[in-house]
Amino acid sequence: MTLLNNDQVVPRLEVRNICKSFGSLKANDHISFRVLPGEVHCLLGENGAGKTTVMNIVYGLYRADEGQIFLDGRPIVIRSPHEAIALGIGMVHQHFMLVPTLTVAENIILGTRPLFFSRSSLLTNTWEIEQEVKSIAERYSLKINPSALVSSLSVGEQQRVEIVKALYRGVRLLILDEPTAVLTPQETLELFDTLRILVREGLSVIFISHKLNEIMAIGDRVTILRDGKVVGEKLVCQTNTQELAELMVGREVKLTVEKKPASPGEEVLVVKDLNIEDHGVKTLRGVSFSVRSGEIVGIAGVDGNGQRELALALAGMIKPSAGTIKLCGMDLIGKSPAQIFRAGVCHIPEDRQKMGLVMDFSVAENFVLKKFSSRPFVRHGLLHPKEIFSYASRLTKEFDVRTPSVKKTVDKLSGGNQQKIVLGREIDQKPKLLIAMQPTRGLDVGATEYIHQQLLAQRDRGAAILLISTELEEVMALSDRILVMYEGQIVGETLAERSNVEQIGLWMAGVRA
Amino acid sequence: MLKILKIGTSWQNLWQSEEFRSDVRHELWRNIVVPVLAIIFALGVGALILSATGYNVVKAYGALWQGVFGSKVNVGEAFLRSTPLILIGTGIALAFRCGFWNIGAEGQFYAGAAAGTYVALTFANLPPWAGIPIALLVGFFTGAIWGALAGLLKVKFCLNEVVTTIMLNYIAIGLVGYLVTGPMQEAMRENPQTDEIVRSFVIGRIFPTSRVHYGFIIAVVVAIIATIVLFRTPLGYSMRAVGYNPDAAKHAGINVASSMATAAFLSGGTAGLAGAIEVLGVTGRLFENLSPGYGFEGIAVSLLVNNHPLATIVSGLLFGALGAGSQVMQLNAKVPAVLTFIIQGLIIAFIISFRYLDKNPSGK
Amino acid sequence: MELVGSLLQAALRMATPLIYAAIGETYNERAGLLNLGIEGLMLIGALTAYTIAFFYQSILLGVLGAAVVAGLFGLLFAFATVTLKANQVIIGTALNLIGLGMTSYVHRMLFNTLAGSAGNVQVLPTLRVPVLKDIPIIGPALFEQNLLVYLALLLTPIAGFVLYKTSLGLALRAVGEHPKATATAGLSVTRLRYGAMVFAAMMAGIGGAYLPVAHANTFVENMVAGRGFIALAIVVFSRWNPVNVLWASLLFGFTFALQFRLQIVNLRVAYQFLQILPYVVTLLAMVVLRGQTAQPKALAVPYTEQV
Repeated sequence: MTLLNNDQVVPRLEVRNICKSFGSLKANDHISFRVLPGEVHCLLGENGAGKTTVMNIVYGLYRADEGQIFLDGRPIVIRSPHEAIALGIGMVHQHFMLVPTLTVAENIILGTRPLFFSRSSLLTNTWEIEQEVKSIAERYSLKINPSALVSSLSVGEQQRVEIVKALYRGVRLLILDEPTAVLTPQETLELFDTLRILVREGLSVIFISHKLNEIMAIGDRVTILRDGKVVGEKLVCQTNTQELAELMVGREVKLTVEKKPASPGEEVLVVKDLNIEDHGVKTLRGVSFSVRSGEIVGIAGVDGNGQRELALALAGMIKPSAGTIKLCGMDLIGKSPAQIFRAGVCHIPEDRQKMGLVMDFSVAENFVLKKFSSRPFVRHGLLHPKEIFSYASRLTKEFDVRTPSVKKTVDKLSGGNQQKIVLGREIDQKPKLLIAMQPTRGLDVGATEYIHQQLLAQRDRGAAILLISTELEEVMALSDRILVMYEGQIVGETLAERSNVEQIGLWMAGVRA
Repeated sequence: MLKILKIGTSWQNLWQSEEFRSDVRHELWRNIVVPVLAIIFALGVGALILSATGYNVVKAYGALWQGVFGSKVNVGEAFLRSTPLILIGTGIALAFRCGFWNIGAEGQFYAGAAAGTYVALTFANLPPWAGIPIALLVGFFTGAIWGALAGLLKVKFCLNEVVTTIMLNYIAIGLVGYLVTGPMQEAMRENPQTDEIVRSFVIGRIFPTSRVHYGFIIAVVVAIIATIVLFRTPLGYSMRAVGYNPDAAKHAGINVASSMATAAFLSGGTAGLAGAIEVLGVTGRLFENLSPGYGFEGIAVSLLVNNHPLATIVSGLLFGALGAGSQVMQLNAKVPAVLTFIIQGLIIAFIISFRYLDKNPSGK
Repeated sequence: MELVGSLLQAALRMATPLIYAAIGETYNERAGLLNLGIEGLMLIGALTAYTIAFFYQSILLGVLGAAVVAGLFGLLFAFATVTLKANQVIIGTALNLIGLGMTSYVHRMLFNTLAGSAGNVQVLPTLRVPVLKDIPIIGPALFEQNLLVYLALLLTPIAGFVLYKTSLGLALRAVGEHPKATATAGLSVTRLRYGAMVFAAMMAGIGGAYLPVAHANTFVENMVAGRGFIALAIVVFSRWNPVNVLWASLLFGFTFALQFRLQIVNLRVAYQFLQILPYVVTLLAMVVLRGQTAQPKALAVPYTEQV
């Protein structure tokens, strides 16, 4: 551990005993770590471990309840992003902070010039500004087009703009929050090259991630967070993925979910040559596959490769431009979401709060969200509260939803309990086909396990399950068959027991078998 | 006895649970404390304005009080004035609950008034039992169509209803101006107004001593029906779901466009009904400035009670009393009646701002 | 020829209050705030200007006073909508009620009249540019106007320049589109929105002030007569571009001017239709231009920092 306390070097950033609570949730509990100049320091932790919270504190978006921050050895107080920027701290957020209707150059200079009474407030010299932006980008061999509208850029390009934006502001400490979540493997490698150039120039980089091999590939040092606390600090060259994984989850990693072998039956869902076009962009290109009853088909792939569109098309939310979707022989294209639901297709949407639940409705009202207009919940044209409540009470027990009452609005419940409501509502339908998109996103370990068990139980009951997830581990652990999507196509298929990570990783990167 | 005891202890248990108490506190705060505080604050600012402009506050508010409760006639006037406000407020409540920001009740009111007048003038020989319901229904549907127009523009073309309903207000008011100077102008052709409707179309008075008519009963019934629709029917459930979260509603298979268009239709309908009732019950004819701003006042009526249709009966009566009382106040204490606009505006502003202080905001 | 010239002249005069109010509201909406209460603010501006002009015989002071008083109300609006995050549609409606009530009340108090007018004030003098005013058709419109009209004509290009060619404009365009990105870029969403709202309110105040001091010479209750709502329509119609505001305002101003002409020659029916024409045109334009809407993404959405 002496290696870690390199006392000769003044750390670029030191956080000491940072605490932050949101209501009863302790997001950060006495977090301390140091970041040295010229290093990539990784913050590792599961979803909800407190990584983003502590970084938002360093960037001035949140105020810490307790604790101190030192920059180059001096204690500092950061009250706003404005002050953070002035101190040389830059952050690339998970969701990019770019204004789509502005150009690249405009986004980069946004907020850097005085608003009034200064020569530099005038932006009439567009060309000069763009050249200036370009020269900074080129110094770090980043390719960007300063006059392009941000709305026309790919995700990878937008991330480059974010990095240039930070560099333009003279950043000395760059924070990257889950930067690879939206990138293809190729783009990830390019990002790593960029980061290496940055640290060679003396910058410090904080790299937030929960992906172990990325940390092994790019990190110099890693601080591991769990449940809002620091549980370890390691030099990357002196550790391995197994050790990090154990620290991260706090127990032996169980990458496999215990499950019986599948006994697939009839083909339930048959998708043939499905194409989707959105404003001239082909998001789905000739997708064909089938799901049989009693099996889980997992779709792996980096976020944004057509999975979202596939799920929405299957649920009847968007109309494909070509192809067929058949459920037990019945054509689903052109049917409304309600008709498709009644035909036996249930859908756990990727964002429970935005798409799955009405947050201001009670638990009971959410349980009947898809069938409030049919018997027994309606009699003589009127809703029947008694039936609704008793139905909701039954499901609340059955799916272990922790709520003081079914009349409580769901915005007061935890994420896990919210997801159990969605899951219970869909599963109680005894669906022929269950589409589960990112069913465990943002959930703690216990809730995740519960959801996985329920999906398996449905499979064993004989449902066909289509699991779409960007968490490769989840797909590999649950699925019987794995499909990989890349740029709107299915580029690989394998049986789960014969799959290996390298092969799937290659497919996800667009390398054809 | 045992049963009562049981209920007693279960109440006690309930009351001991922190969850329940916070729920009750929340409901009390939102539905009682906030509106009452807002009214007190608004009247307080009104008092400041009065004393700043040299009035005796006690005398002025005394006159207002007298204007409401001073005589049976005065009480009747408050009920009379509340009739259109309850109807419009009910409609606004339905629309706002569905996330449809209907600012167009004023235009829908005129549409209904014009249609109702047209029926009364054209089919003058119908008996009352047929004529009045037909005129009111036609008024309802014309207002509803005027409202649904904005609804369709929103769901079909994604046009912001705030802007379109404002445009439709002016179009409706302009068209009424045209009607009362052109095709529907009185036979004498002197004033910009229609002829008076025949007696058989006049809605009867409830009491011989007061102008309040059966339209008030209709307004109360409509508010009750709207409450049942909103909270006890699948349609109302869809409308509320769409209002809270249109995305989730769509995912759940609810037809968002039709829910919203229906809300716009019903909202316009109640305003149109209010217009027809105003002509058949009060003015007896159509003219250009029929509404003293009922369409905007109705927004305040609905907001005061957190868009609960049933409670618009209470807030409608309150605003009706303010409006009627202020006329008496103007006569007796010489305080301009326009003071009520200020008080109404302040009530809305205070309510909306106080909700921010709500410790359990509803997720929004 | 002369008729067209004087009609254009009148059109620009009628357009002027709309230009001020709509330019202000364009900035406001670009920053993400929807102010339904322009009508009320214009009334407040009108009464303030009239009162000052009446008692102090200074039109200029009156206009400035209108801007200041309306600006203060704008500050209140910003407090309710930005700080308290109240619904903007509702607060705007309240502002209209308060504006109408307050101005009518104060007018009756100060001038001791019931509803009618209390007397005339001096009118803003017409500044004639020699020679140029004799250019056929556009001469009178552009070179025979009062100071506020000239300033309005200057205002649109300046507003356009500031919005598209300065860092302030860049910040405004950003904050209405993506407030969180603007905040992380180090700008204060709150300050930008307060600033935009106060500016918009001051502009509405000046637009309202124009009516008594340059148009009617007096104050009448509810004299703004819907111009505040028309300004809202103009903002949509000109697709949130201050330069287009000039053309859209002129269109409305032109139909107003034509209305007056027709009213004088007593063509009532045509007059009524002309009255609703601009609203119908706006609705149709909204339908036709619907695909390419430039409406700021965060319009009327309150900004909360911790999301």
